[in-house]
Amino acid sequence: MPSRCYGVNSAVLTERSTLLARYPLLANHDVVRARQAVARELKERGLSTIRITRFSTAVSEIARNVIVHGGGGEISLHLDMEEGYLITVARDQGQGIADIDQAMVDGYTTAGGLGRGLGGAKRLSDRFEIETGAGQGTVISMSVKL
Amino acid sequence: MSGIASIHLVENALLVSIQDDVNDTEILELQDTLSSRIAEDNVRGVVIDISALEIVDTFVGRVIAQLAGISKLLDAETFVVGMRPAVAMTLVELGMYLPEAQTALNLSHALSLLRSE
Repeated sequence: MPSRCYGVNSAVLTERSTLLARYPLLANHDVVRARQAVARELKERGLSTIRITRFSTAVSEIARNVIVHGGGGEISLHLDMEEGYLITVARDQGQGIADIDQAMVDGYTTAGGLGRGLGGAKRLSDRFEIETGAGQGTVISMSVKL
Repeated sequence: MSGIASIHLVENALLVSIQDDVNDTEILELQDTLSSRIAEDNVRGVVIDISALEIVDTFVGRVIAQLAGISKLLDAETFVVGMRPAVAMTLVELGMYLPEAQTALNLSHALSLLRSE
């Protein structure tokens, strides 16, 4: 099954952006560390509290998914100075998502959660892309305008 | 538990403050501990101070909502105090309304509501 992609191509974004940091996502506390690191970067760049809160919450949702659904992975932070975005890319080598359209709908869950994580993260970020497919792992790129 | 301060019994309520670095395991442990303490200490309410939390995502929100539901079954009210405005705005955007939990702006407000019951 081919990868599905929502929004712009993340390969383009990462080519012209600089890597700020990488964090493993293997255990519960890694979720906290990753979202606190993102919040710190945004605070240093003078974003408003509400925008920092919204984006850090999206990062927390996606980072937890990597651990709970993806069997672990990593998240990297990038800076796109040309367009002025902070970008996070979360990757895992898990089962992937067979039906993205269904997974993006609020209330759909496979793990007994609320099923608001993916759709919520999309709403809380300025740009959201997902590349996945059954058995292919998942890459989610989210951006916030600086 | 590093992300959870100790649980205090004040008047007829259990008070607990959650720290910003709380992880999923710790918050689930808190849910367990508080559920037992509500029955053991025969309290009227539980006051959860989340003023230190920079974010509340769907997982933490769900645990708090469940805790409020458990308290209700054990005849105690749950008050969530100190929620930051940005956190409230984000929770609404996530579609999380914490219907079982009462909210109060701060600890003294929550305690006076509990006293008046």
